[in-house]
Amino acid sequence: MALLEIDNIHTYYGNIHALKGISLNIEKGEIVTLIGANGAGKTTTLRTISGLLKPREGTVKLNGEDLAQYKAHEVVYKGISMVPEGRGVFARLTVTENLEMGAYSRSDKAEIQRNMERVFTLFPRLKERRTQVAGTLSGGEQQMVATGRALMASPSILLMDEPSMGLAPVLVELIFDIIQQINKEGTTILLVEQNALMALGIASRGYVLQTGQIVLSDSAENLKKNPTVQKAYLGME
Amino acid sequence: MSTQNRFDWLKAVQLGAIAGITGILISLVGMLQQFDSRDIIAGSLSMGWTMLFLTVIVASYFSAAHQPSKLLSIAASFVTGLVFGFVMCLLTYAVDTFDLRQTLVNASPALVKILTFEDGVPTGLVELVVTVTIAGVVGGVIYILPQRIRKAVSLGLTVMVFLGLMQQIIQVTLSNFPQVNSATAWMFGRGTQKGLSFNGAIVVFLVVTLSNLFWESNATKVNSQIQKMPENRQRSLRILGYGLLLLVVLYLPVLLGLYLTEVVNVTGLFILMGLGLNIVVGFAGLLDLGYVAFYAIGAYTVGVLTSVSGQLSTAFEWNFWWALPVCIFVCVMAGIVLGIPVLNMRGDYLAIVTLGFGEIIRILALSDFLKPHIGGSQGIVSIPPPDFFGVLLNKPQTLYYLIVAGCLLALFVSQRLRDSRLGRSWKAMREDEDVAQAMGINLVATKLLAFATGAAFSGLSGTILAIKLGTIYPHSFALLISINVLSLIIVGGMGSIPGVFIGGLLLAGLPELLREFSEYRLLIYGALLVVMMQVRPEGFWPEETHKREFHENEQVPTQEAA
Ligand SMILES: Nc1ncnc2c1ncn2[C@@H]1O[C@H](COP(=O)(O)OP(=O)(O)OP(=O)(O)O)[C@@H](O)[C@H]1O
Ligand SMILES: [Mg+2]
Repeated sequence: MALLEIDNIHTYYGNIHALKGISLNIEKGEIVTLIGANGAGKTTTLRTISGLLKPREGTVKLNGEDLAQYKAHEVVYKGISMVPEGRGVFARLTVTENLEMGAYSRSDKAEIQRNMERVFTLFPRLKERRTQVAGTLSGGEQQMVATGRALMASPSILLMDEPSMGLAPVLVELIFDIIQQINKEGTTILLVEQNALMALGIASRGYVLQTGQIVLSDSAENLKKNPTVQKAYLGME
Repeated sequence: MSTQNRFDWLKAVQLGAIAGITGILISLVGMLQQFDSRDIIAGSLSMGWTMLFLTVIVASYFSAAHQPSKLLSIAASFVTGLVFGFVMCLLTYAVDTFDLRQTLVNASPALVKILTFEDGVPTGLVELVVTVTIAGVVGGVIYILPQRIRKAVSLGLTVMVFLGLMQQIIQVTLSNFPQVNSATAWMFGRGTQKGLSFNGAIVVFLVVTLSNLFWESNATKVNSQIQKMPENRQRSLRILGYGLLLLVVLYLPVLLGLYLTEVVNVTGLFILMGLGLNIVVGFAGLLDLGYVAFYAIGAYTVGVLTSVSGQLSTAFEWNFWWALPVCIFVCVMAGIVLGIPVLNMRGDYLAIVTLGFGEIIRILALSDFLKPHIGGSQGIVSIPPPDFFGVLLNKPQTLYYLIVAGCLLALFVSQRLRDSRLGRSWKAMREDEDVAQAMGINLVATKLLAFATGAAFSGLSGTILAIKLGTIYPHSFALLISINVLSLIIVGGMGSIPGVFIGGLLLAGLPELLREFSEYRLLIYGALLVVMMQVRPEGFWPEETHKREFHENEQVPTQEAA
């Protein structure tokens, strides 16, 4: 049984049919990437998984348990944590306060303390800036806060929505290194990216999304070699 | 930039002109004349002139602030003062020469008399220009003073003006204490409306300024000495402090007398409402413009339950203390019921819908449909004062304690909630609802709890209002109350608990003291809000996170940069 099983979900915004029957599976310990052009439905997929949107059809199962019965705020208690698109840090709260909010679903003080240490080890930069207001951080630092905040919930699976967006190449590399490190420490990752080359570099498998449908799914190696992918997402002719 | 070292003519003239326009406005709406009947310093400084001086001093202060050197600052304040004087001169001349009273009632010979120190055109015009120019230079001098002295001097002047303004009330209050009779006679001008005596004004100014200077220079020393004390000594000192404060609070009505206690009571009711709305708007970020609804519901519930008039179809005639918890419960439920339909609304939509709710409640109270139950436009009369162990709470001095108890309770609850898990989820929700939800925050419960708590405080306030007045009418619950409470939160600082008290004193207490000028109340309110938004958008006593919002660019990271 896969850790996360998504079966044929259809999600709508009013009358707009944004996801037209998407299925994907993620095994425990994997990094899986979901790539696609603007408006393909990547964010919609993540929001559906984390319960912020309810699919009209289809199921999302975590460890075999259907998540339809849970409200959006309950999903995080099941072990799904999200780094939202555009980071979504609490701009007027400090770095520490942001991280503490991430642990809202946790009640074990020692565990929270441990997670805080872990985040500060992963991102020493945040430790230096822990009393700074998140809104005044640089884009890269905000990405670190958003990632750290999601980790504070001790998730079994981390959903990341375009962590490389708007970052300089050096920072993108740093963030991707850290994604790998987080994964090695035991967190499964679903990575949404437009930067397909980087994403396929660290993922074991990938799905290609186009106008609300999965058009390709394969190992990362094969996808990198696939001519359609090369042409559409890797900028190769 | 090249302009950086040069004299900024433009700014100096501009500010003088702005001050001039303000001066014209003050004169033509009639404020100057009405305020002139009151003296701040007997025989030398009227309240009307104080306003003009204040205008030019503030303008020239800012004009001085735009200059590169101290000398140029003084020059700029001189220019600003001169421009202001010139504008006022033009006004005086125009009013004196042409008869404008057809359109501008206040453009009268009386105005000319005030502006020319009763010396008429042209002698008075010279005096006018010279006087306001000197005042302008004073603004410049205040600017170049070292910050500590500037603060002390401004405080001294403010206290002086305030005491002069409140002379009548203070003197009446102090007349209860014959021991200080000769001192008050010396301090204040004779008769009513006469402000401080000249000597009194100087003494007040000097005492306040010097003691502030003394305190500022020793505060750190005192603080560090307290820090050095052993823990239990510090604790007992703190307990002593709170004890003293409590004693003052308890003794206050005796000290203040009937009228001032009544003012404090009205302020207290507004503060109580402010503390509630502060939770809804300040903590949770839900802009509620119909907040008066809960004030009304609280008042009407206690009215229906306790009224002994016999005019309503059902007479409960309960004891107030039985009715009180029921009222709070009803308000909490009302908060939830009115909260449910707006769960999915944000920002301006929320504001409009809640505004509608406020009006619906008022119109329901007016309606013929509910008239048999809640009295319609005649309201509910004969709400008996409660009996507290044999003491009838029917005088301001006794009601005071009930209001203080209510405020303390609300203060305590606010403070505890702010630092609680719920308080943190309000904060997160205020920042970003979606992300907050993804963190595990139940938006429905969090929002409804904010509405319910806010409604409870407002309802408590309304309950006390009802027994204070003994009668309630629908028109006591107009939209203006919601706006007043919101303004006092904005002025104090959104989300700040001490800010609610400051805002309450400024926007509820002060207007109550200056009732005779109530005609201009909203004008001054509006001006104050505009100025606040320009100069101090975070409020007088901002909460930490809100200060951050408005001064994001100025923030210096406390940790060293990496
Ligand atoms: N709130 C909304 N209301 C209506 N339509 C929406 C809404 N959000 C997204 N859509 C539509 O759903 C489709 C999928 O959007 P989505 O945000 O999932 O794309 P995406 O793949 O994340 O794109 P990007 O790479 O630009 O972030 C788009 O056509 C978009 O216009
Ligand atoms: Mg997206």
